[in-house]
This record gives sequence, structure tokens and C-alpha cells, in this order.
Amino acid sequence: MRFRIEQRPEPSATMRVAAPVIAALLTLLAGSLLFAALGYNPVDALYAFFIAPLNSINGLSEWLLKASPLILIACGLAIGFRANVWNIGAEGQLIVGAIAATGVGLFYPDPESSLILPLMLLAGALAGIAWAAIPAFLRARMNTNEILVTLMLTYIASLLLSWLVHGPWRDPMGFNYPQTALLPAAGMFEPFDYSYRLNSSIFITVIAVFLTWLFTDRSFLGYKMSVGGAAPLAARYAGFRESAAVWTGLLAGGAAAGIAGMAEVAGPLGQLSPQISPGYGFAAIIVAFVGRLNAFGIVLSGLLMSLLFLGGEAVQLGLGLPSAITRIFQGILLFLLLAADFFIFYRIRRLPEHA
Amino acid sequence: MAGAGLLHPSPQSSPFRFKDMIPRLELRNITKRYPGIIANDDISMSILPGEIHAVLGENGAGKSTLMKIIYGAAQADSGEIFCDGKRIEAHNPAVSRALGIEMVYQHFALFESVSVAENIALSMKGRFDLPALAAEITEVSRKYGMPIDPHRHVHDLSVGERQRVEIVRCLLQKPKLLILDEPTSVLTPQAVEKLFETLRQLAGEGCSILYISHKLEEVQELCDFATVLRNGKVIGTANPREVTSLDLARMMVGASLPEMQVTAPSRSAEPVLEVRGLSAPARDRYGMGLNDISLSVYGGEIVGLAGVSGNGQAELVSLLSGERLSPEADAIRVGGKAVGRLDASERRKLGMAFVPEERLGRGAVPPHTLWENAVLTAHRLGLVRGGMVDRGRAAGFAGGVIERFSVKAKGPQASAQSLSGGNLQKYIVGREIALNPKLLLVSQPTWGVDVGAAAFIRQTLVDVSRAGAAVFIVSEELDELFEICDRLLVIGQGRISQPLIRSETNREEVGLLMTRFGGNGNGGRERLAVQD
Repeated sequence: MRFRIEQRPEPSATMRVAAPVIAALLTLLAGSLLFAALGYNPVDALYAFFIAPLNSINGLSEWLLKASPLILIACGLAIGFRANVWNIGAEGQLIVGAIAATGVGLFYPDPESSLILPLMLLAGALAGIAWAAIPAFLRARMNTNEILVTLMLTYIASLLLSWLVHGPWRDPMGFNYPQTALLPAAGMFEPFDYSYRLNSSIFITVIAVFLTWLFTDRSFLGYKMSVGGAAPLAARYAGFRESAAVWTGLLAGGAAAGIAGMAEVAGPLGQLSPQISPGYGFAAIIVAFVGRLNAFGIVLSGLLMSLLFLGGEAVQLGLGLPSAITRIFQGILLFLLLAADFFIFYRIRRLPEHA
Repeated sequence: MAGAGLLHPSPQSSPFRFKDMIPRLELRNITKRYPGIIANDDISMSILPGEIHAVLGENGAGKSTLMKIIYGAAQADSGEIFCDGKRIEAHNPAVSRALGIEMVYQHFALFESVSVAENIALSMKGRFDLPALAAEITEVSRKYGMPIDPHRHVHDLSVGERQRVEIVRCLLQKPKLLILDEPTSVLTPQAVEKLFETLRQLAGEGCSILYISHKLEEVQELCDFATVLRNGKVIGTANPREVTSLDLARMMVGASLPEMQVTAPSRSAEPVLEVRGLSAPARDRYGMGLNDISLSVYGGEIVGLAGVSGNGQAELVSLLSGERLSPEADAIRVGGKAVGRLDASERRKLGMAFVPEERLGRGAVPPHTLWENAVLTAHRLGLVRGGMVDRGRAAGFAGGVIERFSVKAKGPQASAQSLSGGNLQKYIVGREIALNPKLLLVSQPTWGVDVGAAAFIRQTLVDVSRAGAAVFIVSEELDELFEICDRLLVIGQGRISQPLIRSETNREEVGLLMTRFGGNGNGGRERLAVQD
């Protein structure tokens, strides 16, 4: 029996809806096999991974708390990705955003001022933008590869953070721990309830999702960028400037990541330490692609990715499974999603036998 | 109608051929379906030894599919193929070559960076002996009047020379049946003559030739027999020398073509497009630099640029359109204004519109819908307001173009890549004309477009120019240029000829100019983005 893969004349509308569902079901199946192979009851393990973390208000709060930066950063990145501008360094932009916001919070003359939080937000966004402006300038002017530059700047940002918290910004009252002093109360987002960590910064993400949708789906600039991504020669034909897409794409990602960094220190963290992000900047790349670079798709994929983080922690604590399990799940899910996506545009046909 | 009596509705009735000869190749009831269409519908035909047999048809008639089936590159869903009276069982290209069937593709599959002999060695069976092969290439190529140096690198060869390499490669296999797919579309008139001599010599030696084309004059000059396809079916057969080209065209199209209406031009006082002393280096090592180009196009007239592809047309067009900037601002003027340093968008603001030769990926974004592709250049017609795309207006605009230019599409929501090449071309031409341009640049206006749509597009271009626009057309089809242009220029080796008045020149003069410039060019740029 012979098979052939061929392009569908039109993308399949059924598969467009079914692909993520099929991928999710197959992920559960693969996960069950994985847990069974490790000697755990798959039903219990899957319950512990996907259901138990959401069984409490605290669980829901943590779920949204982790989803928020993922969605926010993925929105910013998606704007660039749609134009083939590959910002891989959101992690670094997040770190400098957090540094700049903390700097404002710690050193603003009046720690009671209600201006602190908005100024921190502004500082975080500007720092993320500035960090992303370096690869944008280099790409637009000298055609350097932004993938390499953004990635390398991530290491510089994390070393800068490390130097600050070990050196000049280390809290003199902090028993020599590498961390800054706590931010003043006026420099923190208020939690909805002091028993839980979820805070009002989530509204920033909600606004960002709406703005991203407006930009990518409705605005002329977003249209120009999608032309540049889908057919660079057509963009040149129409006279849309590539440098405009590079700048917009990188700065949008930088701003989003910088704000996410600010929201982390002004929310759950309250201070800088060497590890301020569990890899949000990198995970957001996956979130953006799983969400198909669409604002509402990103919301769903961000929630899913956040659940994978939580579930991974839960099975580590509850069942003693290794931490690698989270990343294995991410990998399986991403692989299956991309594989299922393939069938939106292609199908397999059985070839008739030839004598 | 003297000719009509010679048209034969059924392929079996062929009174002027020997009935008792065993055909070199016989097809019986070949059917091939692709999703949504029947590419070949119950096709039967036979090719005699030593016969030059034309397969005529518009784009999409099923010619290429049929050739792939004969060569074994595609499998028929049903039907049988016989070679010298024996049924071919499991068919594939290796079987074809064992049987002596060779094919010269429309788009050559040669490696640019190695020599002619090395390219040919890759497709030869047996021992790898370059010096012996090189000697053989020299001998065979000389014998058939298409000399080629086996040691030259392919990237140095013109398109015509590359075709020779492909043909010589086939000849080395001593073929019994040679298939040529639109072989003359890249050749000068003189090179076409040369090719025909070679083919006649081959046929005289008993090799059958299957000649695929939509150019009627060529078929009439060269071929002994013609099978006409339309919508995947054999519509009829004819002896092309005994029927008129009008009869053949009617068989191909299924209806008579409208007469072209070309009225006398009334030129504007000042040129709309003026190029003075434009020089530019090649874009890459396979491109062609431009050398001191000067030309002018006035409002109300059509100026055509003839030449073999790869002689600098692509460079000139991208410099005129603003996709590439000129080194000097005043080398190019539009409406008297120096535009050499302005990008495509800024030039469009001055009233320029442009139809590029690549439809998918340059003139249109393949996965985007037609209304999104309308916004690409028509955004200045109020399709964008306050920085936001007005989807309703864009869809209205796209719908208008679809209707006015009878584009076969499901509507403004259809994706550009779902349209056939000809329909997408009509859409792009329609979109650019709707911009109401003062200057319209068109590159290869009817490439891969079927005869009916091509006539429509040409008439539209004439109408636009007679309404006062300056129209500049780059085309490889001399017939097309002679049909609609008021003045002709010839490009060769990055240089441009003095303008020729259409009514005072002829094909031979233009052909000579194409060769006098070195004619061949280095032909580096292939037609990558256009698919049939």
C-alpha cells in the first residue's frame, strides 16, 4: 500500500477546529503511556497534573498569575513573529524591565508617592524597548541577525542583574543574600485578596490582548507587517519598508517583556534576586506559536502553558516525579500541535495499486 | 471554409497517415483526476516513428499532465500506454529512458555551479568518465547543429544555451521519442529557426518528436500532425499545414477570439516616464548590470521592451518600480520629477502602478484573501482610514475588480493562491488599473495566461493607454509586443536599442537586434516565482 501527502486545494475548516483538540487528546494519551511506563496510575497522575492544581482558589490564582506574563510577552512577540522578526530575547528584555522598574521603586525620593507605580511601569516598558532597540538598530542598519543578537543580549541582561544584586543594589539588611531591598508598598500592585498572589497587573495583560488583536487584525501597520512576513517581495513591491517592520516588531516585544518584568517585581516578587523568571521569556515563544500568533489563541495557549508549569510542580511535590516532566509535556504538546496543524493544509491519500 | 473540412473531431480518423504503421507511442483512454478537476479525460492518441507531433492547448488544457504520464513522472488513473506495439506495465521515468523516451522540461533542472559535462554525467548511467563524455558531447552537439562547450559552467550560459544542454543530454541517450515542453518561449527568432532545423534532422533519422506548444505559427511551420486538447479532452486532430491558424485557435479556445482594437495613439507633449543614462551593477553574480539606459514613454502610448530573458529586464523593472533604488535621483523621472531615490510607495503616490511578472509572492500575497491583496496597493483609495483597514470597503473594491475583469474566484474572501495563474493575473492587472495610473509598468502581462484572458488583458492595456496613461510593457513574446505596442525597444546585455516604430519594423529586425547585443545574455535569472 502506498500513501502520498498532498496539499489540500483549500485549507480544511474542520481540521482548523479539530487540530488543537486532537493534539490535546493525543497529548493526554502520550502522557498516560509515559506515566504508566514510570509505574504510576495514569488516571491519578493526570488528575494530579491537570485537575488538582485548579481545585482551589489559590490554584486558580496561581494559574492566572503565571499565565499573565506568558500571554503578555507572547502578544508582544507575535507582532514581530508575524513579520518574520525573530525576537528570541524576551527573557533579557523582561530582566532589564524588572531592573529598571526596581531602580525607580527603590530610589524614587518619595516612597509614599502614588506616582511610583506608573513610573515603574514606564521605566519597565522603556527599558525593555531600549534593550530590544539594540538588535533592531543592528538589523535595520547593518542587517545583523536579530535571533543571535537578542539571544546574546539575554545573557548580558542576566549577568547585569546578577552583578546588581550581588553588588551595588544588594540589600544591606539582607544577611548578604543576593537580593535587593523590598519595594515600598506604593511600588507594588495590590493583590485582589491578601491570601492570594494574583494582583491587578492582570488587567494590563487583558488590555494588551485587545490591543494586539486590534493591531494585528485591524490596523494598516499590522497589515503591512503581515505582508512582510508572508511575502517579503510583495512588501517591497508595495513599498512597505522592512525597517519599519523590524523596529515595530522588536520594540513591541521589548515593551511587552519589559512590562511583564515590571509586573513580576511589583507583584509576586517584591524585590530583585538572580532568578526572577522561570523562563517566561522563552516559554512565551512557544505560547505565541501554539496560539498561532493570534491574540485570542495566545490567551488559550498561555493558560495551557501555565497549567503545564503548575501541573509539573504538583507532580514533583505530590508524586515525586522528576522536574523534566514539565518540559517533556511541553515538548509532546508542541510536537503534536504542529503535527496536527499540518493536516489543516495537507492530507494523506492512498495511492491506487499499480499492476 | 477550406480549412474546416480538414479538422477531425476524432483522433482515430487520420487519413493522411499510414494506418498500418506501428505507432512509436500509443495512448488508449488515458484518464487522470486531481482533486476537483479531471486533468486528462479519456485521451487516446498515437505518434508515428519520425513524426513531429504537436500537442496544442491553452494553459490548463491538460498538456503538461499528459506529458508527465507519457514520461512516467505521473501515473494515469486508468488507460493504457503502448510503445512500439508493446504495452508498458508499471511506468516510471526509468522505464521511459530504457524505452528511449526523453523529455526536455520547460524549466531546466541544471546545477548552476558545475560544468556542462558534469551536469550531463549526473544523468548518465555507467562509468563516470568525464573526458570521454566531453568528447561525445562535442561530437553530438556539432552533429545536430547546436554546438556547446562541455567545459563551460552552467551559470555562464544563456537560457537558450541551457536548453541546448538539456537537448544534447537527451540526444546522447539516442532517443526514439523526444518530448519538448514549450521549448521556444525563451529563444530569439533566430535561435528558434536553429532549433527547428535540429528537430527536423532528428525526425529524419526516425526519432519521433512530441512538441507541446500554444504558439500556432510554430506548430504550423514545424509539425506534421497536431492533437488539440481542451479541458483535458482531445477536441480534434489536424494537419497543421492544411488548416489556418484561426481554425486551430478556434479549436483550442472553443470560441472565436475577439478582434483587437488598436486605434492610433495620441501622445502627450511631455514624457511621463523618462530614463536618462541609467546604469546599475548586477544584483548578484547571475544577474545582469545595466549600462547607460535611456528611454521615454509618453502619455497615450504603449512602449514595449523586447529581449531574451536575463538581459537586464528584471533589473530595469525593479529600478523603475522603486523596489530597488537608483544610484542617482534624476536618472529616472516620472512626470518630470526625479524619483530615482524614492521607494515604490512614494513613486505610486506620483501615479505609478506596476504589474510584476511574479504574481504569487510579489504582485500578491499567496495566503491572503483577495480583499487583503486589494489593500496591498489600493490602500490609497480610501481602504485605510485612521490607520485602520476598512474591511468593508476593501471587499467592495475587490468585488468590483472581480466583476469588471471577470476574475473566476469565489469572491473577495478567496485566497490569492486558490486562483489560477490567469485569473490572478487578471485580478492584479485590474487592481493596478483601478488605481487610475498615469504610468503603468507591466512585466510579462500574459505569461501562463490562457488565450482568451490574454486577449482581454492586451485589449485592456490598449484601452488604458488610449485613455491617456503611459504604458511600458516588458515581454518575451514578440507577437504580443507587435500586436499592441506603438514603439519597441530591444534590450541585450544590459544595453537598450534606439526606439523602433512598430509599423516601420518587423520581427527579423528586432530579432537581429536581440542577437547583435550578444542576444544570449547570461540568462541567470530563472522564473522562480511563477508556477504554471
